Amino acid sequence: MPRTPITLVLNGTERSLFVESGENLLDALRRGIGDLSPKYGCAQGTCGTCSVQVDGRLQLACITLAETLSGRSITTAGGLAEGNELHPLQRSFMENFAAQCGYCTPGMLMAAKSLLDRNPHPRRQEVVEAISGNLCRCTGYEPIIDAILKAAEVMRRRTR
Amino acid sequence: MSSIEFRKELFANERPEGLNEIGRPTIRQDILGHVTGRSPFYDDHLFDGLLHMRCVRSPHHHARIRSIDFSEAARLDGVIRIVEPKDVPQNLNTLLSLINFGKEDEPLLTPSKVGYRGEPVLAVIADSERQARAAVDAVRIEWEVLPHVLDVEEALAPDAPVVNEVYPGNTFEYYDKYDHQKLRFGDVEQAFATADRIVEGRYRMSPIEQAPMETCGAIAVPETNDRIACYTSTQALFFSLGTTAKLLDMSSARLHFVGGTVGGGFGGKVDSIVEPMSVLGALLTGAPVKFMWDREEEMQVGAPRGAELWDIKDGLDSRGRIVARSFTGYFDSGAYTRLSSYAVVKATGHLPGPYSIPNVASNVYCVFTNRTPATAMRGFGITGVDFAIECQMDRCARAAGLNPIEFRILNAYRDGDMKAHRRKAKNTALIECCQVVADKSRWLIGSQSRSQSSLRGGGGERAEIPATAIDEVGRIGDRRRREVPTAPFAAGDRKQLPAGTQRGEETPAAPPQNPDMLGHLQSESTAAADPLPTTQSMPRLQPPADRQVDRQPARIPTRDPKAPASGTDAGQAPTRQPPTRRPPVRRTSVSRHISGFRRR
Repeated sequence: MPRTPITLVLNGTERSLFVESGENLLDALRRGIGDLSPKYGCAQGTCGTCSVQVDGRLQLACITLAETLSGRSITTAGGLAEGNELHPLQRSFMENFAAQCGYCTPGMLMAAKSLLDRNPHPRRQEVVEAISGNLCRCTGYEPIIDAILKAAEVMRRRTR
Repeated sequence: MSSIEFRKELFANERPEGLNEIGRPTIRQDILGHVTGRSPFYDDHLFDGLLHMRCVRSPHHHARIRSIDFSEAARLDGVIRIVEPKDVPQNLNTLLSLINFGKEDEPLLTPSKVGYRGEPVLAVIADSERQARAAVDAVRIEWEVLPHVLDVEEALAPDAPVVNEVYPGNTFEYYDKYDHQKLRFGDVEQAFATADRIVEGRYRMSPIEQAPMETCGAIAVPETNDRIACYTSTQALFFSLGTTAKLLDMSSARLHFVGGTVGGGFGGKVDSIVEPMSVLGALLTGAPVKFMWDREEEMQVGAPRGAELWDIKDGLDSRGRIVARSFTGYFDSGAYTRLSSYAVVKATGHLPGPYSIPNVASNVYCVFTNRTPATAMRGFGITGVDFAIECQMDRCARAAGLNPIEFRILNAYRDGDMKAHRRKAKNTALIECCQVVADKSRWLIGSQSRSQSSLRGGGGERAEIPATAIDEVGRIGDRRRREVPTAPFAAGDRKQLPAGTQRGEETPAAPPQNPDMLGHLQSESTAAADPLPTTQSMPRLQPPADRQVDRQPARIPTRDPKAPASGTDAGQAPTRQPPTRRPPVRRTSVSRHISGFRRR
């Protein structure tokens, strides 16, 4: 099996690894580098549990070819916190009961971050649309939507 | 009054002081791991040299294997091992054998005949998932496709294909006697005959896949001390451990199960399939082996909530009281028992719902069809029939011309009422729930309904066990002999149990499969214990002493003069038959290693 060396930036740190031909980013992150925060849910681009940011854009790691990512910058839920300082979204998910089993949470956080990065003032409907590619079987989504809206509020206060 | 204050008031006498969590948000203890992506799900453990296991599955609902050729698959790059049915030491199991319930009916890998689409017949272990998939595709199987049945009623037809040879009648067998679980309380047929109006309804529920975000899977890893560690998504860690020990005929002391972080289960992760498979892989290869279902497998072979079908018949008197209710229920178990046999018992214990009805009867079937085996899902055994009951309650209210909430309050059970399974109701709160629902939905109810309380009006006559009509309809094998009852609660030789009889016929218990279980029962019983039975004789298990005290001897029927005269021949001498002693059903023995009791 041909293997290709690639170098990418994961959560601000440069990482080099070999990837197999046809290997997806999800496997490369989890097995190749050891960042276990993106999860396997369907491996067919339908559930959103593997959502990450590639150069700031939301992308599904399970249907992204790892070979194409040399020199790119990846952000995962594992890189949201700075040391012990949680991202406002993480704090808000905790306080608003926005996770039960926790399996969809990393992908959900990345979808929410992508929304707030480009739109600090989302309306409820915009939040619903932003997470419409992420499935959750526990919460019924309402606490997640509330958490994202409240996090947006906190982040607006901080930047003011 | 908020619903929270309301609950506090209702259960005030049962709550210790100082409980103040309800109504206040609290932060989950595990949520920090969830939001940082650090919660350790089973697949979040990395192992060097991890091998991947995948199954070869049946493309047919019902088929016999004519031949299997895996020679090409075994030669492919990266393929370490082909796992065959003969590699499974104890390749026949039923999940509830751990509590001595049901016959062994399901192999881990099926050697000859498959009963559902997706049933595993072989497994491949390879260096990578991709290589394992390629090897699975390279296995050649010649199938003899058999006629299949996908509907419970069709499966009960006398000439239906036999889904599962262990149960040739296509039903689970209750107490080695009937093809269904019975409940008899009072005499429904007599009450129907005198009722003011009859309301009948039929209700169907489809199978529902739990569809957790994390698919079922497990990683088994040989440890240095000759144990196998198993990281698993299971919802039932020790149940899975016991099942694995049994199927692989190994000491449970050699198994180290690690779980607890489950990526959504909802009941669908209790069937203990991925754990024995991965541990078997690790035993055969000496390497870490992962057996994980992909999303397609999760949806196709992941056991769903089974389909249900319920026929409910109610008899109402002129005031709108339900005087009789009968059920015929069908649980679609799929091709194997798994836990559906238990769901039927649980559903039966729940009948007739949270209402006090003086005459109740039910026949509930656990039916085998060529669908994916069913298993637990939220409210397992109750959810479906509750849906049916509440739809039926609305129909009855309409038929009686009553407000549906007032109709429920009128028929609601109250503290002290005797329920159909012969236990007194306590802590009932349906009336109060109805009142709160009416308030919250601004649904008008009259002052009469408003003034009712679960704490008043129960017990007394409503605590009596009525004279009960019993029958022998539905013995195992009747359907195949085309002896299908047309009137399930009125056919055959009916008999009468006198009022006050706690239980029906004595049912000799099946002998425990594991001697450990027997020791457990005896140590719990304070009754004078028989000497240890030999393995051949039928042990007469003594119920715990408190239950014996509770039970009234059937020879002395207690007749409360105030009790309603129910049943024409209620005063006659009881026609209770002595228990017939039948040879015990032979069951495959379970592993010697499952129960930890002996070590205690």
